[in-house]
Amino acid sequence: MRATIDLPPGFDPVTGRFGDFGGRFVAETLVPALDELTEAFYSAWNDPAFRKELDALLADYVGRETPLYHAERLSEAVGAEVWLKREDLAHTGAHKVNNTVGQVLLAKRMGKTRIIAETGAGQHGVATATACALLGFPCEVYMGAEDVRRQAPNVKRMELLGATVHAVESGSRTLKDAMNEALRDWVTNVETTYYCVGSAAGPHPYPLLVRELQAVVGREAREQCLKQMGELPDAVVACVGGGSNAIGIFAGFLIDQVQLIGVEAAGEGLEGKHAAPLNAGKVGVLHGAKSFLLQTEDGQIDEAHSISAGLDYPGVGPEHSYLLHTKRARYVAATDAEALAAFQQLARLEGILPALESSHAVAACWPLAKELGANAKLLVCLSGRGDKDLDTVLAALEVKKGAH
Amino acid sequence: MGRISDAMVKAGGEDRAALIIYLCAGDPSLEVTPALIRAAAEGGADIVEIGMPFSDPTADGPAIQKASERALKGGATMAGLLKAVAEVRASGCDVPLLLFGYYNPILAMGEETLCERAAEAGIDGLLVVDLPMEEAGPLRAAASAKGLDWVPLVAPTSGTERAEEIATTATGFVYYVSMTGVTGSKATDLQSAASTAASLQNETHKPVAVGFGIREASDAAVVAAKASGVVVGSAVVRTIEREGANAPAAVREQVAALAVGCKR
Repeated sequence: MRATIDLPPGFDPVTGRFGDFGGRFVAETLVPALDELTEAFYSAWNDPAFRKELDALLADYVGRETPLYHAERLSEAVGAEVWLKREDLAHTGAHKVNNTVGQVLLAKRMGKTRIIAETGAGQHGVATATACALLGFPCEVYMGAEDVRRQAPNVKRMELLGATVHAVESGSRTLKDAMNEALRDWVTNVETTYYCVGSAAGPHPYPLLVRELQAVVGREAREQCLKQMGELPDAVVACVGGGSNAIGIFAGFLIDQVQLIGVEAAGEGLEGKHAAPLNAGKVGVLHGAKSFLLQTEDGQIDEAHSISAGLDYPGVGPEHSYLLHTKRARYVAATDAEALAAFQQLARLEGILPALESSHAVAACWPLAKELGANAKLLVCLSGRGDKDLDTVLAALEVKKGAH
Repeated sequence: MGRISDAMVKAGGEDRAALIIYLCAGDPSLEVTPALIRAAAEGGADIVEIGMPFSDPTADGPAIQKASERALKGGATMAGLLKAVAEVRASGCDVPLLLFGYYNPILAMGEETLCERAAEAGIDGLLVVDLPMEEAGPLRAAASAKGLDWVPLVAPTSGTERAEEIATTATGFVYYVSMTGVTGSKATDLQSAASTAASLQNETHKPVAVGFGIREASDAAVVAAKASGVVVGSAVVRTIEREGANAPAAVREQVAALAVGCKR
């Protein structure tokens, strides 16, 4: 069945690829489950009752639409006009909930009885646990042991919401290892279990499904720009880990004359440890899709590094690889230090504590203002709030103070 | 016909299931890998699967995950693996060897280069866990061009129609996964897995081996009664982890015991 979905440019629904990127590189056991999911996704999107239920939850429960905010004091500091799409004001404090409410509703329609998820910063885990509490599902979340330590408040939040959190001790003990473990759970319990993937990544149909659920960000933002700015922005800026907030906001502007700018995590710098596969990786296959990856010459996956747990991933969603390949989007990178400085600026100038992930997008505004000029209008996806990052930020600021 | 098909036919002719043993290359080290391959062959393995260690083995349980980690920590590379295989061949051991693993290390070397170098080293076929039928075309073609066999996976979730379609792509044998799960899990129902394998064999006239969850000779016997092959992986990997320097002798003994279970 074909869906009432606007398929993205370059996407082939038969192969599940964006150009050469994406596809379905999974164990045979999961292929029929992915077929089942694809059918259920298309059928749900064709069902007005499902769409109505989802829209109502997004409005009344998630709190959409989220505001578009002209950050005037930040604009002055940056040297260009900066507008923030406030996904940090969505329920649970990030864009992640747009995706989980939709997927868990889909799981209910499919008759699944158990939900699993992977999480990095814990935002997707919290959003999944939230949707599961709302819709009455048992929820198990896989989280790298290193992230359990870095993002302790989110672990507690998930537990309070009724979820079980499994600390994953294998590999680099971060997001990629959490995803490995979630895939192992899914391959074992595939008949009963719905795997709620947290980014626009993984095997087909997840990149398309998550994109579709996050596209609401771009649709709203485009209308709000026309209404509040009176025109479209010059550039849309968003951070990219797996890349779901970026693909969601980009989706609203793909066919417009608007620059699309993804900001990867440059960590300690692109020559050192980082999490920027689109800037400094090469094409490979991980977690079910062909895309840019951090890897060794021998095809082993390299460990990523970012101060932000949500960007600490060696891969990226396949549509971003395609947008890079076709040059429709441009991908830059911000270091840990730049993100930290942007965090502080936004806190002091606007009274907003952004997530460290989103701080990377804010950090990119300074070089963009220089490039595009003082009249440029930058639309920045403020994908999440920073409360979860306080420990990390305070520790990093201590280190910085000590160094001076 | 290649060595893999020959081995399946030979075992059938002797009224037993072929015994297929998995080893992770580089565990405990690439220096020991040739001795382990020979030990498996001496114990009675008809085919040996050489695992290519990968950093993110999503279809494997803890035993093979840890073996891969040990191998990579010890510096195992694809080039080193192929060198170890060449050494096995140079020593006169002609047990059929199936290269087994994940797609990314193959992609990193280049599909055609990998197939060429694997064939040169003495590999007989490929099995790639995360390359289902729809994605396997280019590598299958590259393998075929170098005379390498292609062993696809069929899962309990595949369904009859898809299973038969997958089987048409097999040249050595079809690997039937006995359950939904990762390697090394406890078998759920080997009896019914063996029956499914047998009916797939009847429909497709391709030999079908059953793997996942087979630990002992008694498990092997249940499968061998109906299927053409029995695959044992994690149980052997655990022996290697436990035995250290004594691993080749212990593997020889374990494989010999499993071989008894494969007799009909």
